Amino acid sequence: MDYLLTEEQQMLQDLARQIAHERIKPIRAQLDEEEIFPWDVLADLAQADLCGTVIPEAYGGLELGCLENCLVLEALAEGCVGVATTYAASFLGAYPLLLYGTDAQKHRYLPPLARGEALAAFALTEPQAGSDAGAIQATAVKDGDFYVLNGAKQWITNAGEAEFYTVIALTDRSKGVRGASALMVEKNDPGISFGKKEKKMGIRASVTREVILEDCRIPADRLLGKPGLGFIITMKTLDLARPGAGALAVGLAQSAMDEAAAFAKERHQFGAPIFSFQAVQHLLANMATQIEAARALVYAVARHIDSKPKDYSKQGAMAKLFATDMAMQVTVDAVQVMGGHGYMREYPVEKMMRDAKILQIFEGTNQIMRNIIGLALNKEYSKKK
Amino acid sequence: MLRIVVCIKQVPETQEVRLDPVTHTLKREGIAAIINPFDLYALEEGLRVKDAHGGTVTLLTMGPPQAEAALREALGFGADAAVLLSDQAFAGADTWATALTLARAIKKLGGADLIFCGKQAIDGDTAQVGPMLATILTMPYVAWARKLTWSEDGNLTVERLLDHGYDAVETSLPALVTVVKEINDPRVPSFKAKLKAKKEAIPVWGLADLNLSAREVGLSGSFTQVVKVFPPPARGTPEIWTGAPEELAARLWRRLKEQSQAQL
Repeated sequence: MDYLLTEEQQMLQDLARQIAHERIKPIRAQLDEEEIFPWDVLADLAQADLCGTVIPEAYGGLELGCLENCLVLEALAEGCVGVATTYAASFLGAYPLLLYGTDAQKHRYLPPLARGEALAAFALTEPQAGSDAGAIQATAVKDGDFYVLNGAKQWITNAGEAEFYTVIALTDRSKGVRGASALMVEKNDPGISFGKKEKKMGIRASVTREVILEDCRIPADRLLGKPGLGFIITMKTLDLARPGAGALAVGLAQSAMDEAAAFAKERHQFGAPIFSFQAVQHLLANMATQIEAARALVYAVARHIDSKPKDYSKQGAMAKLFATDMAMQVTVDAVQVMGGHGYMREYPVEKMMRDAKILQIFEGTNQIMRNIIGLALNKEYSKKK
Repeated sequence: MLRIVVCIKQVPETQEVRLDPVTHTLKREGIAAIINPFDLYALEEGLRVKDAHGGTVTLLTMGPPQAEAALREALGFGADAAVLLSDQAFAGADTWATALTLARAIKKLGGADLIFCGKQAIDGDTAQVGPMLATILTMPYVAWARKLTWSEDGNLTVERLLDHGYDAVETSLPALVTVVKEINDPRVPSFKAKLKAKKEAIPVWGLADLNLSAREVGLSGSFTQVVKVFPPPARGTPEIWTGAPEELAARLWRRLKEQSQAQL
């Protein structure tokens, strides 16, 4: 379908696709099987200038928008969602800086990210604070010109590999959520360490570790925005990232669809290709329709965000919710179309099905997405009275 | 400042090359075109030399007007400039006429310190244009390069991939090197370079620009003409013998003797 992309947007999409098909696809099974962190692919992405898509030109990036970011994420996810998540998580770590960083802070962190020399990570989740992000307990206590951080951040994507961490911690415990702040912590700072690499169901090319902060002493100018803005920064960051999660889902689902359809053309049963059977065609028809609907929604929301509206929590949540639920269903159906072959690790769709599950969970579970949409609707319909 | 020139060729993507029944040259119409795969390794090596030692990488190709697309694609990997050699008179050129045309273009560019070519093009498969180009430019060439190393005096040591192993030769500059796929792992294109490549003005040089006469180029400037094209006859079943060299030599001698007697 023609989404009226500009020539530049198509070039960007083609380039990301080229990397997905030439550099990621041939090795994705090995990355998954052996849980290898994709440094080689990240080097390719850096060479291609794709590490700086959303970073302003002044800091070495391409200064592109949410739609362009989604186009790249979708294309990379056609290769491997584990690799694409690694790449996307670095932007998640960078969004707080982009939104609230001072010029000096941006100059320190964004150029190495844009050049692909460093990765970033976003550290919010804690053992007791998942969907209930307001329950975080990590603290950042002001001590002269320093903050001293203590606490543990759980399941942090890119932890241990990233150079920069946006950590959400309480600078004022008495204020609860309003006492949370966002601070930049560096890998070489004293007092930061990392837990073991978690063993995951899917996206095994990406790493997930605990970030442990023990009297981690950082200069006070690492604070983003103002003290107490941490929760707002978190919400704005996630709002901005959510269409990206939707784009990952679209790319993944498209890839599963392509595998299943190609298989259905080749596989003969009852004397004919299984593609010719209505039972299979209906599965494929539903998959194709759902993918196109999700893609249209993700692009529309990304374009909405690029028009710089004041608030887009609801739309971002919708894009994430619809596309990631779709990807789960489509990858399950892709395995079904391929039958026993689909269940074998020799074929890529079982990995896609495992990878799809996390999309319904991370960056806010799809239950939380419905809460966000419900909250926004409640507000909208209250005003209309 | 090293002046590096990379020669590339646009070739048909398909493995099923179609031939013109009259001229016996390649038919290009209606077939998707790509950059000759070996030339991408030549380009990568040129870019690596530039990255390590500084200089400029200029792309050169001779072909029909649509060969410009190959140059733009190659510019997307980060080359500095590109020139297209295109003229109706260049059509039907054999390896000599092609090499002569490229040589004149390199002279017009002001010369080159290092010229890279792929070891051969996947359509014609002659592997001659590189060596002929060096010969016309009176510079040394090294074919089938699989590794380059620089000595302190600025000479180049080139490992050449041979059928059984490799040898290493040293050359001064200027020189021409044709490369095999083993030499490197070509980079991916860069978005910034692709954007620039889209707008880049690519000069087109024809007969007059190169001070050549129509007799020297194209089909009329070609020493060779293709008179017949046919698929190679199927080979017999190969045998692999193992054993001590003396034993194998004796066995081979016996076999050759038997065969020559059989033919008498």
